[in-house]
Amino acid sequence: MSGRLLALGVALIALATLPYWMTGVYYVNVASQILFYAIFALALNVLVGYAGLVSLGHAGLFGVTAYATAYMLQLGFGHPMAIIIALVISLISMAIYAVLSLRSTGIGFIMITLALGEILWGLAYRWISLTGGDNGLNVKTRPEPFGYSLADVNTFYYSTLIVFLLSIAAMTVFVRSPLGAALKGTRDQPRRMNALGYHVWAIRFYACMFSGLLTSISAILFVYYTQFISPQTLALTSSAEVLLMVISGGAGTLLGPIVGAALVVVVKTVVSGFIERWNFLLGAIFVAIVILMPEGLVPGTVRLWRVAWRKVLGSPRAVKADAEAKP
Amino acid sequence: MTFWLVLTANSITFGGLLFLLSSGFSLIFGLMRIPNLTHGSLFMLGAYFGATFAIGIFGVKMNFWLAAVLATLVVALLGAVVERLLLRRLPGDQLAQVLVTLGLSFMIADFCLMVWGGDPLSVATPSELAGFARLGVLVFPNYRLAIIVLAVIFAIGLWLLLERTRLGAMIRAGVDDPDMARVVGIRVSQLFTIVFALGAGLAAFAGIIGGPILSVYPGLDQDMLPLALVVVILGGSGSLLGSFVGSIIVGFIYNFGQALLPELAYFVLFLPMLLVLLLRPQGLFGRHVP
Repeated sequence: MSGRLLALGVALIALATLPYWMTGVYYVNVASQILFYAIFALALNVLVGYAGLVSLGHAGLFGVTAYATAYMLQLGFGHPMAIIIALVISLISMAIYAVLSLRSTGIGFIMITLALGEILWGLAYRWISLTGGDNGLNVKTRPEPFGYSLADVNTFYYSTLIVFLLSIAAMTVFVRSPLGAALKGTRDQPRRMNALGYHVWAIRFYACMFSGLLTSISAILFVYYTQFISPQTLALTSSAEVLLMVISGGAGTLLGPIVGAALVVVVKTVVSGFIERWNFLLGAIFVAIVILMPEGLVPGTVRLWRVAWRKVLGSPRAVKADAEAKP
Repeated sequence: MTFWLVLTANSITFGGLLFLLSSGFSLIFGLMRIPNLTHGSLFMLGAYFGATFAIGIFGVKMNFWLAAVLATLVVALLGAVVERLLLRRLPGDQLAQVLVTLGLSFMIADFCLMVWGGDPLSVATPSELAGFARLGVLVFPNYRLAIIVLAVIFAIGLWLLLERTRLGAMIRAGVDDPDMARVVGIRVSQLFTIVFALGAGLAAFAGIIGGPILSVYPGLDQDMLPLALVVVILGGSGSLLGSFVGSIIVGFIYNFGQALLPELAYFVLFLPMLLVLLLRPQGLFGRHVP
């Protein structure tokens, strides 16, 4: 456990000093991207990992917040007001989204969320008077909280880092709270939880709202980062990318989605530099992970690493025990 | 008046196309319990293959109908291969199967973009159906009438297949209770391959005969998949009648929505879905909640 704390401390220091050892605007920007996508992945993980509900429409919700922020700014609201209104709109949308999709679980939930996400995409694409259609909406300025202009790359990075750390803290509190425990209960044994007197639907609804809040926060960071929002952000591929972050890192773990976000953003950034076929690769990775490493890249690698390490140490019994422990 | 009549006729045509697309989707969903997210891609792939065969490949220029049949067979074979090689490896793990179909849909979409480029391909209407039919005040293209006729023929054919043949009885048994069907000796896994290939073929056929109306372009898959989803949510999974009624409803709402509220056409689709989900979650003709 202390080894883990040490690793976390090192990671924190590395993140806090990143602009000093990772010189170059480009790399700091990539780091900012990883951080806000990690918040998005954390949000989806609340549902996928802890509630056992796979949402394929989260990019739609992400888009609602981003469009709402951009539109409020276009209407002439100040940054704080625009953000507050966008959050309110997003939470209302999330509530509707949750009420509709929680009619069902499992495959039904996937289908309904997929349909809702596609409808939001269709709206963004076709409702030209509001969203600008394919041209999207621009956000002209970034806010200046306490006099620090977020137009500066490093300031933006640090603000994102602070929001990111707060999100992880919120996530940790949520997972360890009675509500988090109850949520895991509804994932594993919904009928027993119901028999024990828990309101399964309400617990799932709260989880959706929490996920929606984190999604909105990441979307606000995103829209200020790119200063642009277009229907492409709401497409099914975006929902799938976030889902890939969650399942590649390991769903239902606290740190998995963060590692997954880093992995996907880095691979996407690096690969896009060489070939145009990111979507093909995304699909191929999906198929490969599902077939070869169903428990996710991080737990999968840890498992393989442990097996290899014990083989090196020459303790056949440990290897055998590990193999038996794996279902 | 003519405007409304034309709109109505167009809605029925579109509903017919949607029926061809969604009946396979609904059967796959009913039997295998997975929403096949490659369905839109198979529709697009069928349309691209058909268009290529009809335009001419390797110096051979095919008749439209021959091209349609060939494209259907190619895509049905592809469906069978996907089921055998990928979905078969993940028995009972529906989430993993959905994710595999999602990954495949991206690969197919990018493959089409790579091979056929970003420009839309237009498909010529077959010459024997190029004219117009006059029905009272209504002047309506023959080809669109032919689509309606084809959809009705396929609906009857599928109904006969499901209700009057041994294979159909096995499929219905698999949809209703897969475990019990296995116990009485039906090889349900073999049915999976057959139904998946059938669904893929139907989607591809819809894609190619829809070609002269919709044309073929990148993103066609993303346009069609949600419609198939809405049809199945409306009509209920695994029910042929459900997909038929659902397709007609969606055909009407989509066409009228596009004509009257072009900016909100997608959103209007959402309303019947919302009503059905709230009042009858298993769909209009579905037997169980998915």
